[in-house]
Amino acid sequence: MANWVLTGLQAGIKTGVYPSRADEISGLSPGLPLGGSLPSDEEAEVLIGRCPAGAIARRDGGVSVDYGRCVHCFRCRADGKEPGVPWTRGYEWAAYPDEMATARNKLNHAFGRSLHIRFIDAGACGACMSEARQLNNPYYNMHRLGFFITPTPRTADILLVAGPVSDAMRIPLVKAYEAMPKPKRVMAIGACAISGGVFGPSFIASGGVSEIIPVDAVVPGCPPPPLAILHGLLVVVDRKPPSNLVSPPANATAGAT
Amino acid sequence: MNDEIPGSALQSTDIVDLFDARWSRRVIATLDDAAGVCRVECNPAELPAICEWLWQELDYAFATLVVEDSSETDRMLTYVFYKDADSHWMYVELEVDALSGTAPSIVGLTQGPSVDWHEREVEDLFGLKFEGHPRLGEFVLHEDWPEGANPMRRSFDARRRLEPREFEFEPAWQPPTIVAAPGSFSMPIGPVFSDFAESAHFLLETVGEDVIHTIPRFFYKYRGVEKIVEGQPIDRALLLAERFSGVAAFAHGLGFCHAVETICGIEAPPRARALRTIVAELERLRHHSATITGICNSTALAVATSQAALIEEDLLRLSCDIARHRYFFGVVAPGGVAWDLTEEQCRRVVAATDEIAARLGNLHRLLRYSSSFLDRLEEVGILSLEVAISYGLVGPIARASGVPRDFRKLRPYAAYDDLDFVVPVEEEGDGYARLRVFFREAEQSAWIIRQLLARLPPGEVRAGEVKPRAGAALAAVEAPSGAAFHWVRLRDDGTIARYRITPPSFANWHGFHLAAENFAFQDFPIILASFGLSNAESDR
Repeated sequence: MANWVLTGLQAGIKTGVYPSRADEISGLSPGLPLGGSLPSDEEAEVLIGRCPAGAIARRDGGVSVDYGRCVHCFRCRADGKEPGVPWTRGYEWAAYPDEMATARNKLNHAFGRSLHIRFIDAGACGACMSEARQLNNPYYNMHRLGFFITPTPRTADILLVAGPVSDAMRIPLVKAYEAMPKPKRVMAIGACAISGGVFGPSFIASGGVSEIIPVDAVVPGCPPPPLAILHGLLVVVDRKPPSNLVSPPANATAGAT
Repeated sequence: MNDEIPGSALQSTDIVDLFDARWSRRVIATLDDAAGVCRVECNPAELPAICEWLWQELDYAFATLVVEDSSETDRMLTYVFYKDADSHWMYVELEVDALSGTAPSIVGLTQGPSVDWHEREVEDLFGLKFEGHPRLGEFVLHEDWPEGANPMRRSFDARRRLEPREFEFEPAWQPPTIVAAPGSFSMPIGPVFSDFAESAHFLLETVGEDVIHTIPRFFYKYRGVEKIVEGQPIDRALLLAERFSGVAAFAHGLGFCHAVETICGIEAPPRARALRTIVAELERLRHHSATITGICNSTALAVATSQAALIEEDLLRLSCDIARHRYFFGVVAPGGVAWDLTEEQCRRVVAATDEIAARLGNLHRLLRYSSSFLDRLEEVGILSLEVAISYGLVGPIARASGVPRDFRKLRPYAAYDDLDFVVPVEEEGDGYARLRVFFREAEQSAWIIRQLLARLPPGEVRAGEVKPRAGAALAAVEAPSGAAFHWVRLRDDGTIARYRITPPSFANWHGFHLAAENFAFQDFPIILASFGLSNAESDR
């Protein structure tokens, strides 16, 4: 008979150091463009034209990036040639969709170490779900932080919604939301769930989850890596401060690669 | 085509004679040797006989049905068939009236089931009726979609939302049942179910513990990719090609780029072809590791699930490390690849794939000696060879049922013609056979990566500027879950006129209900996991 106990013990402890410390292992995140200042207006125009997602806009002598739209196509990345912007390697990307909602969005401390999550696939490509699923693997092991996946919205505190909300997923999404007990929160993960991404708005998909149900927190990325989703959960229970949905001003680009 | 081989010479010239002899002037067959295509123009009356002849006597398999509105009044249906590297693609073309025309249904033929979903999809999206089809309507578009609106028609505006049809569920509504036994009932699962599951619905007809029959319902995730891509330039369309199925992003991006390259007459340089092959195999390795994780998880074997999940995450990190993105978004580009591997990264990939192959081998060995695990998989979810052929199943699922087809061997692309690898095939068609195929293919992928990195050609990774021109081309790639067919038609300004994606999950989900018959209730998650299919890929 296979000795699974021995196999498990031999593997040792694999869990990463986040959120106690920043996890510096490479390959955790594809990064996001930082925006920043550019030498000329022409270069800014070139970059804006090159962004297929419409995420780059002009701002004080350079460009800013709307993380709700960025789909990691890398076409604006400075790789030693022509105009480009630096990219960050980070993953603490979760933000509030609007600043007014900050106080409302936090769940009280009772949820801090026991948050039950229901994942809903509202037309996602599969990558967001795959990244959320990784949170159960030994590297991230979100159980240690008091986050649990639950099979029904009736016992869920937070909905994790991925995808642009295809028409056929509208009713299931609303029904799941209504079945949740109060207080309840909704976190939209991935560019599609925030802005419709490359799919919406269209004849068959909406332009983001907030068109259907109220959204309390968003995690940008295409897909957001597991640690970004974990950051989002920590933000919702007030254990980590949120980030911004728009790239920081030009003078705050320290830490870029 | 190699003329020295008698077989291939016979194929290329005599196929036209065969058509002439059999149908005299009612059917026009012409050869396009440059594209490797035999075009057969026929009328509706001859279509079923031609298809049956291709299946039964020439041993062809159905690939896809491409429907294009060639003008306001004409609509062209192209039934694509394939065989092997020595045979032409077979395009059976049928022209119908765009507004009032109908086409004969061919689902009643021997391999008709492989065309079934294509006909249902076309009926839903184009409003084209297939005469004689037993079950048309409400397939891709669900019940609140307005009657008579067909989104793939030219006149339909992709940006305009329609008011959903007034639709209320009757409280007294009961699902239609096939099983009529005392105490039988229907158990609905989905579209929101399990811990992490893509949206799909399964109605299990059960008499308590035993499930007699499963009625699946899909297309909850239909995002109209083929419609919203129309009119987009190539670089924008590539984003959609990569992102409609995130876990097989590279394979589908590659299929799209192959089609564009064929139209524009460019070829990726040797280094790009080798890099494409390496990334495609890394993606397959990760996809199969994820499927193995899912199978272990479905049997609640915790240590094995963790071990497989670690392998999966290690591969995701490796991908991000060497190619910037964990799912290889933004790697492939028309004419080559958008990035390059450094010497140091090559060494890292070699070391990592060796280590991962060893860990997978070890996991496979341990699983083979876990009788409680094998009991859950053996003789569960069986698909016979006959079903695999008649339903036109592809990829690892078909190979676990004894169909050895693999486009990397059938029609080698990228750098596959120059590689030494085997295509694992099993006979039993059960969950365990599928698991073995996934393990053995993953092993072969690691072996392919090692071969390529040992002799990675130097040079450019991208052919020069892509000059768009009008035309159409079909590309076939072996995505992780099987054959994917990408049909692209470009206008002369380089925008997309038609993009038809036939993903492997579309073919394979069609056969799922046949594997989910007469089983014990608790086996449902195992059957589902052993298929390892994506709804995003199938629904588009």
